[in-house]
Amino acid sequence: MAPVEAIEVLAPGPLTTTQDLGRFGYGRYGVPPSGALDTFSLRAANLLVGNPENEACLEITTFGSRIKALRDVAIAVTGGDLKPFCNDTPFSMWTSSILKEGDTLSFKGVKCGCRSYLALGGGFSLIEVLGSRSTNLSSGFGGFDGRPLKRGDILSARSPHLHLKTEGRSLPQDLMPRYANKWRLRVIPGPQDDQFTKDGRDTFLDSPYQVSYQSDRTGIRLAGPPLERRPDVEESIISEGVIPGAIQVPGDGQPIIILVEIVTGGYRKIATVISADLPLLGQIKPGDTVSFEEISLHGAYEALRQFEERIRHFKEAISAHP
Amino acid sequence: MLYDKFRYRIMGDRSVLVELGDEISPRINRRVREFSVSCMKNRLEGLIDIVPAYRSFLIIYDPFKLNPVIIKNRMEDIQRKIEGIEIPKPKTLEIPVVYGGEYGPDIEWVARYHAIRVEEAIKLHTGTTYQVYMIGFMPGFPYMGELPESLATPRRETPRTVIPQGSVAIAQRQTGIYPVESPGGWQILGRTPLKLFSPLRSPPTLLEMGDLVKFFSIEEEEFKRWRQ
Repeated sequence: MAPVEAIEVLAPGPLTTTQDLGRFGYGRYGVPPSGALDTFSLRAANLLVGNPENEACLEITTFGSRIKALRDVAIAVTGGDLKPFCNDTPFSMWTSSILKEGDTLSFKGVKCGCRSYLALGGGFSLIEVLGSRSTNLSSGFGGFDGRPLKRGDILSARSPHLHLKTEGRSLPQDLMPRYANKWRLRVIPGPQDDQFTKDGRDTFLDSPYQVSYQSDRTGIRLAGPPLERRPDVEESIISEGVIPGAIQVPGDGQPIIILVEIVTGGYRKIATVISADLPLLGQIKPGDTVSFEEISLHGAYEALRQFEERIRHFKEAISAHP
Repeated sequence: MLYDKFRYRIMGDRSVLVELGDEISPRINRRVREFSVSCMKNRLEGLIDIVPAYRSFLIIYDPFKLNPVIIKNRMEDIQRKIEGIEIPKPKTLEIPVVYGGEYGPDIEWVARYHAIRVEEAIKLHTGTTYQVYMIGFMPGFPYMGELPESLATPRRETPRTVIPQGSVAIAQRQTGIYPVESPGGWQILGRTPLKLFSPLRSPPTLLEMGDLVKFFSIEEEEFKRWRQ
């Protein structure tokens, strides 16, 4: 069916892009994964409105964003609580709701977290580039014309009317993540933890770090006690592939958690955030405090298994009561 | 040195870094290419991506289907059979460059740094065949080496906030090309009219790891014609 106009952007806020679960398989061309930072919230939003989990959503950063419905659509807003309002009424998050034609949804402030995800029943009509509808900001491709959304943009949907019946579908309370401004992230040491001093490794695990305002989708920059590398190793390493969650330490000793817009790097990594905690990285905002806790590879797999199990339960509940 | 036994480093719960040697060298890098190409050709179930680099490659996998032990076994398996695995030959490309002027704002500084004339710097840069060691930093950016020792130059002390698309630049013993406008710290010698990254093309990059590259000097008028 031909796509129909669904929403208009009245204000984009600091950064609103379309993202799905990311672009994989092009690392040898230097193409980073991009994609939603908080993949849990993206998947949940899609499931709530009856989309496939990997459908592209709007990733909305902090506040100031406003959109208008151009027809009746089912939407779900998940992730960080950016105080969404439908016209003048607070809008329920983690629930499928109907926006009536002409309704305006505004994000008015940061209550907790950093990014909201807006799924549209039927999915946004976007062209896949290199296997994904995510926006690559540095090279300007994918998503909506390869750029952040701006005022006046109109996004279309495929068969939005078929999704109106998901209205009222909600995520169970026990699945809802809670976001504070102090974060404890579980990490696996390495790949180059052996190139830091014992003191450097201890400092990393014992100290709280503050999130810098220079953070973006490329990385979360942290400020705190510098991490000491071994005196016999150079400041940088021979560049190598990296993944989101790897924590690199440049010459100044201040760690940076790598996010989704780079695929290679030339600094050593002291540890890597486990997959089960990756979605949290999308909700960490400047000024927050982050500390790290070591976990075994086995522990990481167990955490991920439990995480996926919870999503599976939700999916089963949906298919039992569609 | 190329390691007899590869070294494996765990990067979190869904990737393993495989190190083949401890330095930047054409030979180690060719080995990286052979391995990463054969891994992509005979894909293990659960392999998500491979990111090859100078002397290592990163294997990204689905932790529900693979683990570091299976991956290590697979690598040893490939290592035993590597001589018999057919790897496509790398391309050889000649890349046109306008050197100097507004296209290459750092070339005079580079020439002065080495106490040579600009023409000699161009001759040195065009006189070498480079191997593409890896594509990284951003989509389509080729890291190529080795630049002649007599042209090896440190990065700019203050990185530029804007480097135009197609800028051909050097840093230490490497040369590279900026596929799109971006910030960067390399010394810019010139600019090519060729497009390094086109996401709708297959493959999406002009250059791939392993390719051999030679630059040749063109005039500004030719650059403009090439663009059309």
